[in-house]
Amino acid sequence: MNKDQLLKKRYRAEKRFKFYGLVSITLAILFVIFLVNVIFSKGRTAFQRTTIAVEVNFNTEELELSSNASIEEIQDADFYDLSINSLLKLYKTEGAKQEKELLRVFSPDHDIEIKNFLIKNLDNLNKNVIVNLTTSDDIDQLHKGNYPRHLPEERRRISDFQLLIYDQLVKENKVNKVFNTFFFTNGDSRNPELAGIGGSLFGSFFTIIITLILSFPIAIFASIYLEEFAPKNRITDFIEININNLAAVPSIVFGLLGLGILLGTFDLPRSTPLVAGITLSLMTLPRIIIPCRASLKAVPPSIREGALAVGASKVQSVMHHVVPLSIPGTLSGTIIGLAQALGETAPLILIGMVAFVVDIPATPIDPSASLPVQVYLWSEQAERGFVEKTSATIMVLLSFLIVMNFIAVYLRQKFEKKWS
Amino acid sequence: MKKLNILLSVLVLLVFASSVQARDQIKIVGSSTVYPYATVVAETFGKGGKFKTPVIESTGTGGGMKLFCAGVGTQHPDITNASRAIKSKEKALCEKNGVTEIIEIVVGNDGITFAHSVNAPEADFTKEQLWRALAAKVDIDGKLVANPYKKWSDIDSSLPSKKIEIMIAPPTSGTRDAWNSLVMGKGCSKAAKSLYEADGKKAKKECAKMREDGYAVEAGENDTLIVQKLASNPDAFGFFGYSYLVANKDKIKASAINGVEPSLEGIQDYSYPIARPLFFYVKKAHIGVVPGIKEFIKAFTSKKAMGSNGYLTDIGLVPLAKDKYKIVRTAATELQVINIK
Repeated sequence: MNKDQLLKKRYRAEKRFKFYGLVSITLAILFVIFLVNVIFSKGRTAFQRTTIAVEVNFNTEELELSSNASIEEIQDADFYDLSINSLLKLYKTEGAKQEKELLRVFSPDHDIEIKNFLIKNLDNLNKNVIVNLTTSDDIDQLHKGNYPRHLPEERRRISDFQLLIYDQLVKENKVNKVFNTFFFTNGDSRNPELAGIGGSLFGSFFTIIITLILSFPIAIFASIYLEEFAPKNRITDFIEININNLAAVPSIVFGLLGLGILLGTFDLPRSTPLVAGITLSLMTLPRIIIPCRASLKAVPPSIREGALAVGASKVQSVMHHVVPLSIPGTLSGTIIGLAQALGETAPLILIGMVAFVVDIPATPIDPSASLPVQVYLWSEQAERGFVEKTSATIMVLLSFLIVMNFIAVYLRQKFEKKWS
Repeated sequence: MKKLNILLSVLVLLVFASSVQARDQIKIVGSSTVYPYATVVAETFGKGGKFKTPVIESTGTGGGMKLFCAGVGTQHPDITNASRAIKSKEKALCEKNGVTEIIEIVVGNDGITFAHSVNAPEADFTKEQLWRALAAKVDIDGKLVANPYKKWSDIDSSLPSKKIEIMIAPPTSGTRDAWNSLVMGKGCSKAAKSLYEADGKKAKKECAKMREDGYAVEAGENDTLIVQKLASNPDAFGFFGYSYLVANKDKIKASAINGVEPSLEGIQDYSYPIARPLFFYVKKAHIGVVPGIKEFIKAFTSKKAMGSNGYLTDIGLVPLAKDKYKIVRTAATELQVINIK
């Protein structure tokens, strides 16, 4: 082989290498696009809720209320009969079976919805008003085009009679889609049209706050001590190796630790954000200590020496000069650690967070679910309406993670000093 | 340092507060098969407004029993759901930990459906054919050999000449337990049973072992996922609770077993051969300590929930026959405990 050929060969090798790189990046991007596309196309519809306009006559006599009833009186009143009567007026029915099918077009909570409507619009007493009521999950999925209708009746969840009603109502422009506030304000429910992530949002919030309160100060003090004060000897080497190992321990192991110690020995309440927060802070600690130490290490020694030279004590040089300069790196490390904790499911399964919780938790010691656990729970449900809810929860969780990572990157880029 | 001290004391306070505070919310653990029914009852119960909505954790039948039998006291659950009756081992554990008074409630029946895609031709199997398709070892010419069947037609010439492909639930699931005793145990051929016994092994245990050569695929606890896989592959079969068939009628259909297709009536009177009762167990010592347990049992066993037109039937629970329902209802209202000795 002469020189020319050798040169050509090297060029070819370079081209090939570039090509491989391009292929892998394209593949990675394609995967991400595919994943995001699947989640968005499935989850998009969950942010809308199908309603049907129903005429309701808030007759005080029928409700057994006084003509100027207070909110408390309305709260106590029974709206069930009124609600059923208004619904049955929508379409002509024959027999109990058809009546039942007509009522099934709506979500089982229709009477509560009507009551809440009246409480919000008190001046509607004794008036005929149009109220938009939530449809059942089956009609909701049909209206969104997620459920096939060209099937023989016995293979459909919606009966022929219900389809007749639905088509009639669509013709009359009574079927609408509105923004699904329930999805953000309600707790879990077995009716997909009423289920929401309100409870798990609060659960995740409390968990992350407890994780932050516990792990942030401990991680900061540990890393400052190790980096600035601790002597370099075998013991500190050993601690350092262990911290690095702990950061790589699978998260489920921390779940077992939480189950054994927090629930077993200390008898803390199961399924609570308190236990979840403590467990996750154990998991996050090493993951925060490592970037904290790195950012302390990045502060040049001249800063410390300068401070010492003008007579500052060791503590003063560290607290007044080194730590403030390392803050951007510390914060972004913490945020990324917390983002990981937010998306964690495995340890929470062991401490009982995989639970059906309807009430929205008010304190960290109330039972609750968390966002990733909600995804897991809903993905197992048989009802079709939970498919879109699962994807929508993933979208919410992903957006939180993206925002947190964005803040971390922003903090680092904006405030970090480049030492040259 | 001050900050750290404050944090520590807050934490200690929290721990203290939580351990002193009495629980005012019913806690339920147990089977993932009963979970969909229990959650619906709990939600309706909570909407009644008098009590908080019970918290329900899906731990599997075995895991639930372990937690339930761990002791008496508000840190332990009040109720556990089960897709099979309590085992004698579990009774012993309960007794050891002081849980001596247990109320057993039969919720209803569940049929396990053996289903496939709606695009596949109709199918009908006997239990023995299913056992032969799934077992690790089968008897051929009087000898136990590793399962040689690759196509359904290898088992019986009347079956289609298609590759055997079955999605199975993992060993931890109650559905798999029930399948093992109702199909693998009952379908096991007499020849195989006697061969196992001649070797001094327990026939029941050995018959239930499933093949691991790729024809039976373990598909995880997630039944929704199995449904999706069946819908996209017309050759594959899978088994799961009846409620999944009801919810996915547009995608999958059930095969007949011994000529009987699963139906509400068939599961209720056990003429459909793979049907089983579902249970929940209540700790009597917690009644009166945690508010609402008595009322919750009443709500669960009410005609509105469990009866033949109750709301649980809408999501696939097969209600008890009338005479059985009466017995269960009396047990529930009078809080009769079962013998655990």
